[in-house]
Amino acid sequence: MSSILPVAFDGIAYASWLFLISAGLTLIYGVMRILNVAHGSLYALGAYAACSLAGVWLGGGLPAAGSFAMLLLAAILVGCLVGPLIERGLLQWMYGKDEVVLVLITYAVFLIMEDVIKLVWGVDSLLLPEPYALPGYFLLGGLPYPVYNVLLIAMALATGLALAWALYRTRKGKLLLAVIHDREMSMAMGINVSRVYLATFAVGATLAALGGAFTAPTIAVTPGIGVEVIVLAFAVVVIGGLGSLGGAALGALLVGLVRAATVRYWPEAELFSIYAVMAMVLIARPKGLFAAQEARKI
Amino acid sequence: MRPSSLRAVLAAFGLLLAMPASLAQQPIKVGIVTFLSGPAAGPFGIPARNAAELTAELLNAGTVPAPYTQKGFGGTPIELVIFDEAGGPQTQVAEYRNLVPRVDIVIGYISSGDCLAIAPVAEEQNKLTILFDCGTPRIFEDASYKYVFRTGPTGTMDNVSVALYLVKRTPNVKSIAGINQNYAWGQDSWADFENAMQTLKPGIEVKTSQMPKLFAGQFSAEITTLLGSGAEVIHSSMWGGDLEGLVVQGAPRGLFEKHKVVLSAGEPAINRLGTRIPDGTILGARGPFGPFAPDTDLARWLKTAYQGRYHIPPNYASFKMTQAILGVKAAYEKAKSSGNEAPDQDKIIAALENLTFEGPGGPVKMALGKGHQATMDAAVGTTKVENGQLKIVDIERYSADKVNPPDGVKSEAWIKSGLKK
Repeated sequence: MSSILPVAFDGIAYASWLFLISAGLTLIYGVMRILNVAHGSLYALGAYAACSLAGVWLGGGLPAAGSFAMLLLAAILVGCLVGPLIERGLLQWMYGKDEVVLVLITYAVFLIMEDVIKLVWGVDSLLLPEPYALPGYFLLGGLPYPVYNVLLIAMALATGLALAWALYRTRKGKLLLAVIHDREMSMAMGINVSRVYLATFAVGATLAALGGAFTAPTIAVTPGIGVEVIVLAFAVVVIGGLGSLGGAALGALLVGLVRAATVRYWPEAELFSIYAVMAMVLIARPKGLFAAQEARKI
Repeated sequence: MRPSSLRAVLAAFGLLLAMPASLAQQPIKVGIVTFLSGPAAGPFGIPARNAAELTAELLNAGTVPAPYTQKGFGGTPIELVIFDEAGGPQTQVAEYRNLVPRVDIVIGYISSGDCLAIAPVAEEQNKLTILFDCGTPRIFEDASYKYVFRTGPTGTMDNVSVALYLVKRTPNVKSIAGINQNYAWGQDSWADFENAMQTLKPGIEVKTSQMPKLFAGQFSAEITTLLGSGAEVIHSSMWGGDLEGLVVQGAPRGLFEKHKVVLSAGEPAINRLGTRIPDGTILGARGPFGPFAPDTDLARWLKTAYQGRYHIPPNYASFKMTQAILGVKAAYEKAKSSGNEAPDQDKIIAALENLTFEGPGGPVKMALGKGHQATMDAAVGTTKVENGQLKIVDIERYSADKVNPPDGVKSEAWIKSGLKK
């Protein structure tokens, strides 16, 4: 019993992180049918921007609590500047092309952004441990845990609920669902699909950057962090069903808990745990847990 | 002017233009392969490249201390051609084939995977290739090469020396645990450490061996398991962002207070983490490098010149790169001493086999792998924060023959057989 609590907490904390990084990916796929490989570099960009902004804030001797606002600001800046830049500057000319072509295009963007990051921030790691240590620690089953992880869990919950509310309870969200369901019909009904795409990509990019910005205090921000994340996010999104927000949440939870249990009881298998979950789910449900029903067009 | 005389004039003009080049001394081209991008660039790749550029420049200027006062290699200037090691072994083999016709000697490779892939290709291409940093002992234990050398010690030495250090400092240690990256380096390091501890303290209990994915960066669940394991000692051979992540996440949770933590390759993190590395952490530098370097003219020269140019101390990757270049220089000049002509590759190879030369980390003996694999003394120390600065104290040195197997004996067998000579 004493080991179940820590495993559950570690699992849920990891799941929250996974959900933050995969929500934007699944949203963009759901609306735009783009498997956005550049999601990984938006995450990395969020992390780097957070280090720079919070670094300037803390370096100026300003109150440490304000560094959280800097993390948020970094995510919004990256999402609302770089997101639209990619969508308006490149992707809008590519709609209607095959999904595979779009994957290649976003992969190209990913490679370019990896080098841009290297040019701007160099290859040395950046550290921003202050926000991680600031909220202190609590004991669970006799072991110290960072309160920061609780904040991450709360943020993932809030993000998930806000997205669900915006999608299903607001007029704009319903317009979005209409575009997801049938792009042509939505255009015929007067929905400005181009603007919906722009907004979706900006929100998706902000979510990626948010994941990066709030991960930055827990890790060493180094070149290549985007690659690691995009692979995990793909796994989670595929488990949940491409384009499904609920699926991403459940997929993240499943992967998080299985991984935490593996680390505890069978550490050698940690490397495979995520892919084992993915394989099992796909054997039972080849399109993922919550794959949207494809409307048949006659 | 008739066409034939025009051609003659042009030919003469061409010859005149070519003259200065043929009269000037052709430099020796040295291919340098090190990570310029990706996660290994920051901790190893760039410090190694910086050291290569600095060393080549100062050798050409003739300002390196004895016994390397002669300019370049035996008076001939050296010129570097630098390649990125990123992309994995397959890419590197292709890049290596491109590099071979352009250079006289190749010095490079940080990743053990790249080293294992390159060694047989170097043999096939008949190109003198110096591996400068990778750690796996398998290269010269599982095969023998004519054209391949390694001027840095193997990873076996790191883990045997930290085990000796640990047992001397805490003779009553009863349990260990590990957290290592799940690939060749992490697995081999843990196996060597675990076997060495079993040899030195038979019956020691292994509480858990965590093997997170390489570059996972987040180790919350692993730290929980380590904290709950009750192990007295935690061993890690992690490097780069993973190591920094482990310290950033583990230190505030008391991982370093509750346990004796051994970071067998932790030295490069000193420059990045500084006083964030808690007091009492046992640290290795893959040999007598960086803060473990003996106080010699060469070590002082490298430290001062490197610090002066890059405003950061050289870490072990920088030391090992400089050591590789100096090793080739020593062999080249030994081969040349028999005549005035530039020695050919076979002569340089013959001179480098079984050579003993002075590196910035002290004497290097090409004692293993039929004279192709270096051994060096090992050094281990403990971190201590003094006046707001991280210092390495209680440094213990181990002579090369105490922490390396005899030639012809595989590392694993040697450790298991009781570290006997």
